[in-house]
Amino acid sequence: MISTNQILINSNYNSVIEMNNAITLKKLVTNQSIKIEGLDVYIENQHILKDINLTIPEKSITCIIGPSGCGKSTFLKTLNRMHDESPEVKISGKVFVNDENIYGQHVNVIDTRKKMGLLAQRPCPLPMSIYENVAYGPRIHGIKKRKAINQTVIQYLQYVGLWDEVRDRVRTSATRLSIGQQQRLCLARGLAIEPEYILGDEATSALDPLSTKKIEELFIKLKEKYTIILVTHTLRQAKRIADHIIFMYLGKIIESGSTDEFFNNPKKQLTKEYLSGSFS
Amino acid sequence: MRLLRAVKDKTARYIMLGIAIFTILFLIVIGVSLFFKALPIMKEKSLWILLTSANWKPFKGDYGFLPFIFSTFYVSLIAIIIALPFSILTSIYLNSYASKNVKRLFEPIVDLLSGIPPVIYGVWGTLTIVPLIANKIAPRFVAFSSGYTVLAGGIVLAVMIIPLLISIMVEVFRSIPKEMTDASLSMGATKWQTVKKVILRKSVSGIIAATVLALSRAFGETMAVLMVCGNITQIPHSIFDACYPLPALIANNYGEMLSMPSYESALMFSAFLLFIIVVLFNGLSRFTLNQIERRYQF
Amino acid sequence: MICAAMIILGVLVYIIATVFYRGLPALNLDMITKLPGGGFYLGKEGGVLNAIVGSLYIMIGSLIISILISVPLVMFVNFYLPPKSVFAFLIRFSLDILFGIPSIVYGAFGFALMIYLGIRASLLGGILTVAMLIMPIMMRSFDEITRLLSRDLPDALLSLGATKYEMVKVILRQLMPGLVTAILLAIGRGIGDAATVLFTAGYTDNIPASLNQPAATLPLSIFFQLGSPVEEVQNRAYASAIILTVIILILSFSARYFSSKFSKNKI
Repeated sequence: MISTNQILINSNYNSVIEMNNAITLKKLVTNQSIKIEGLDVYIENQHILKDINLTIPEKSITCIIGPSGCGKSTFLKTLNRMHDESPEVKISGKVFVNDENIYGQHVNVIDTRKKMGLLAQRPCPLPMSIYENVAYGPRIHGIKKRKAINQTVIQYLQYVGLWDEVRDRVRTSATRLSIGQQQRLCLARGLAIEPEYILGDEATSALDPLSTKKIEELFIKLKEKYTIILVTHTLRQAKRIADHIIFMYLGKIIESGSTDEFFNNPKKQLTKEYLSGSFS
Repeated sequence: MRLLRAVKDKTARYIMLGIAIFTILFLIVIGVSLFFKALPIMKEKSLWILLTSANWKPFKGDYGFLPFIFSTFYVSLIAIIIALPFSILTSIYLNSYASKNVKRLFEPIVDLLSGIPPVIYGVWGTLTIVPLIANKIAPRFVAFSSGYTVLAGGIVLAVMIIPLLISIMVEVFRSIPKEMTDASLSMGATKWQTVKKVILRKSVSGIIAATVLALSRAFGETMAVLMVCGNITQIPHSIFDACYPLPALIANNYGEMLSMPSYESALMFSAFLLFIIVVLFNGLSRFTLNQIERRYQF
Repeated sequence: MICAAMIILGVLVYIIATVFYRGLPALNLDMITKLPGGGFYLGKEGGVLNAIVGSLYIMIGSLIISILISVPLVMFVNFYLPPKSVFAFLIRFSLDILFGIPSIVYGAFGFALMIYLGIRASLLGGILTVAMLIMPIMMRSFDEITRLLSRDLPDALLSLGATKYEMVKVILRQLMPGLVTAILLAIGRGIGDAATVLFTAGYTDNIPASLNQPAATLPLSIFFQLGSPVEEVQNRAYASAIILTVIILILSFSARYFSSKFSKNKI
């Protein structure tokens, strides 16, 4: 059953689509940079991250690898201040995003988070329609015009390749999508707030191989405009998509470097052992 | 726009904080205001006399609460004695023996029993339990009984607290780690031995807490008991005597006795008494249950 | 053990059967569509519409109050306070105790409060007192359901840059079935309770036209009719009991339906 509203919107969409075929993603930030100085994180007196110093290269994919429990996810959460929600986490050190210390005074958490699009381990669609899922971010950040929102929604749904799959049912609940589709929806939702960075926390671990492939292709497409930081659970994935690798072990950065160098010519003994699979 | 969002967020936070504080204060306000309402009678008579005298003649200024306090405990005790074996056995059965289907059948039954309003229990009590006692049970033991007795109150109350007991006990039994029972079973113990040696022993504190909770519910139950227990001011000598518990006293007399300030205060005193007993019992058992929950969580 | 379980099952059936057996002959359409007539309490014509409507009014009013307080409180405890905070523990503990306070104490407290505020036994008084009774019930069951919610959704919302308040609004949509369950449970308890409305709501043969007028309620109507020496009136009490039981049964089943949609492991 198609309501008149639906038809109206659909016709609206079509004109937007035509417009869109010409446009690529509009956002082009000139200098993105993440620089971390002397970061220490404690959770309930356990030293989780130890003296992290790091610069993350812009407009490329950086993969963080390491055995589980090494602090990868904790690290990722420090970048968009998600630890603010848990008082047992103590953070010291500086994290510069676009040359601003996000742990400094007078920093607006919301603005920081808006700069970071997060893709979580399991897709978590909001309890609303597909359309509303993508529209939610722009709406809360102050976009009111229907046309602008329409355009954003279609643009990003197209971008993640979901538009053609769901165009007849964008007004239906997002939970009915397959899990792979949900993850792409979450990516579109994250992109819709127009971030500069994309964080992925084992974003493909819940997905089937085909969906994983789609997401990976998207990441490669996205690095033209975004700086991407991924925590990954598989070495092969890091090999496939990363430009840079950071290897963490027990809260410390053991080695970092370009993918090529890291896999073919590791410098540290621990790295060699990890790559050869003697521990994981 | 950003400012507006921040303001909305802050406002919502403070409203919620206010409500949270209000909820805690509410408990204190109830206690304190009942206390102040009860103060006049406590000034008039010593607490000791109020609690231990059996002399209840409001129109002459004698307020002895012993018959009511005694009745309350008596009825509740009978109820627990009847309800406890049923509840323990049923919970064990549901936890260790029953098939999935039986469990699924029992959940709504327990829910329904706890959902039926007290008045309906009262109706049921007057229709079935009271005549049963008057005609069948009592004549074997005593010469005459109207049926409106401690026993009737106890039975009706027992039926009312059984669902509460079962639902808590099933939770308590469930909180025992499966490894523990498995270990016992793998050593060749029979199911019943496991139940006796592992489950029951491990959940003694939980069962006690559930019992105390049920007792405090029983103390406060008003309508159903009022309808079947006779409401005669006396210290019941046997379970076939009529009795007059505290909540029934309040329900029957409050609202009509406002012309007598001391009487009103006396009734408020009984409400305060109930409040204190229930808060103490409740707090204690909730605390124990929380501890149990926490112990097995990690 | 099976015996014990069977007896409990039997008692439930017995209770419902007894009420229906005695009440069914007296139950007719007049009961639910007519106000008590002139000689109603002597066995003449009429129904208990006054009590049904009164109960309904009181429930609606107290529901509005308690939803307005319960929902923010539960959201606050679960999403604003850290999971192990002392404050959250204190709130939950007070809720447990408030939950255990007998309805007669609420009734007495409510009445004392009404005298203090200068409200006489009325619809308003009944609403306030019943709200006190059902608030802890609603809060506790809603809290239990809310605690089951995984952290994924709040995290997803916050990472989109939502404020806490915006986050809570979306979470509430997700929790809607849970809230409905909590509300139905609260109605079930509130509508059947006589002790709270005994002094606070008063009793009348008419349908209250304003908040200041007294209101009849079903449980009290049953109680008063049962106290009558006339057999017809007593039978009508049983019929009213059927009405109340049926209402409760419907509520209970729908609560169960909603909660089974929501959580899988709960007795």
